[in-house]
Amino acid sequence: MEPQDTVKAELMNADDLGRTLDRMARQIIDVLDVDPSNAGKLALIGMQTRGVFLARRLGRRIRAVEGMDIEVGALDATMYRDDFRLRMKQPVVRSTDIPFDISGRNVVLIDDVLYTGRTVRAALDALMDMGRPASVTLLVIVDRGLHELPVQADIVGRTVPTVSGEEVRVRLKEVDEMEGVWLVTTPRAA
Amino acid sequence: MISEETTMVAERDDDTTLRRRHMLGLADYDRDEIELVLSTAREFREVLHRPIKRVPTLRDVTVVNLFFESSTRTRISFELAEKRLSADTVNFSASGSSVSKGETLKDTARNIEAMKIDMVVIRHRSPGAAQFLTSCVEAVVINAGDGAHEHPTQGLLDMLTMSDLFESFEGLNVSIIGDIAHSRVARSNIFGLNALGANVTVCGPQTMLPRGIEQLGVRATNRLDEALEGCDVAMALRIQLERQGVGLFPSLREYHTRFGIGLQHLERYKDLIIMHPGPVNRGVELASEVVDHERAVILNQVTNGVAVRMAVLYLLAAGVRSE
Repeated sequence: MEPQDTVKAELMNADDLGRTLDRMARQIIDVLDVDPSNAGKLALIGMQTRGVFLARRLGRRIRAVEGMDIEVGALDATMYRDDFRLRMKQPVVRSTDIPFDISGRNVVLIDDVLYTGRTVRAALDALMDMGRPASVTLLVIVDRGLHELPVQADIVGRTVPTVSGEEVRVRLKEVDEMEGVWLVTTPRAA
Repeated sequence: MISEETTMVAERDDDTTLRRRHMLGLADYDRDEIELVLSTAREFREVLHRPIKRVPTLRDVTVVNLFFESSTRTRISFELAEKRLSADTVNFSASGSSVSKGETLKDTARNIEAMKIDMVVIRHRSPGAAQFLTSCVEAVVINAGDGAHEHPTQGLLDMLTMSDLFESFEGLNVSIIGDIAHSRVARSNIFGLNALGANVTVCGPQTMLPRGIEQLGVRATNRLDEALEGCDVAMALRIQLERQGVGLFPSLREYHTRFGIGLQHLERYKDLIIMHPGPVNRGVELASEVVDHERAVILNQVTNGVAVRMAVLYLLAAGVRSE
């Protein structure tokens, strides 16, 4: 949680989040029709920061349940953002680490929250500069609505209608002190 | 598969940024700022290894490269960095331009700015030219070398190159060898390396060591062996051949004998890394075999130069004014 946040609701506790990820791992297999013969074509690409940890967790679940090793990568779309002229500060550029060719693969793009869709747009542009994936599937833990671009998620943990001024915080123990998903209000939201 | 240990995730503070609008020199940069530039440069360097070596980050930003002093490497490096970031670039060289018709720096700058330029990269023979420019234009100014004052992006690319080879700057021993008195490269490196916690030694003929250089926090010596003993990185500076004959040293041959790094030094100091800002005078600062040696990282410096300049352009673009 950020210091200014006021919690309105707990959307998922740690157990809920775990079960959601279990379900999403199965959905990836179903939606993309993955079996051991084509598992090598699948790649999970997490968006910095928390999407990277979500991608790793999903990769581990698929290995545990299906026994298939899936490639996992990290993507930072900062260089492709469209709000350059609107900012007074530059966001930190984080690592893009995709140690495999994405061309011809079925890529699952993973982020914590889908909001305006602008980050997804940036991420798609970044992916296209790196190769030509056979398909891209979008997976998010929470779709909070208020999309500004025609972007829809294919695999969704939970849909939560929100209003401007609210934020959805996905917190993971790898980076945060806590684990779960919360709906908060925050004064600096815009 | 990515191992769990991979440190792909940087610190969480999204607001970290350079706390200044221009890059004039490294004299007052602190460790955090330098490390921000270096870590940003590492991410931009990844772009240089992609099949499509271009990102749209600075699309619609216009940069003018204002080179009043001849330079091939720095100008091309900046120009490539700008193009890799999708900025629009304009090049201006002093020769064959309005400068040769007597126009002042201020008028040149104001005329260029009237054409709606967002950022200016300036190389000029006068120390302080970049600083002066900030007082006459609204654009973000990046110093690409001003006389013997500073050459901050060169210092940063040198530090990036060192950080690729060494775990930490803390206690790293760096010796800068050559014409320290006339070197903006030496000054930018001294400031930056000191901020990062490295130990800097400068070495050269007495005529090329400014009196009181120790006040910058460096050790000074006239003996090459003293500079190389226990040294991790030896940075040889280019001897300006045009300065030969003004009495700073008797001859190039004598300079090479006393201050040139040869194979015998690489044999004596088994882990010594050699750097040089280029262009190298083979057989003067460095023996030809040293230039081609596997422990000379001169070409890594060149690659890192593009990445560092991309990072600096990106970080300073926060100061570009919206219309």
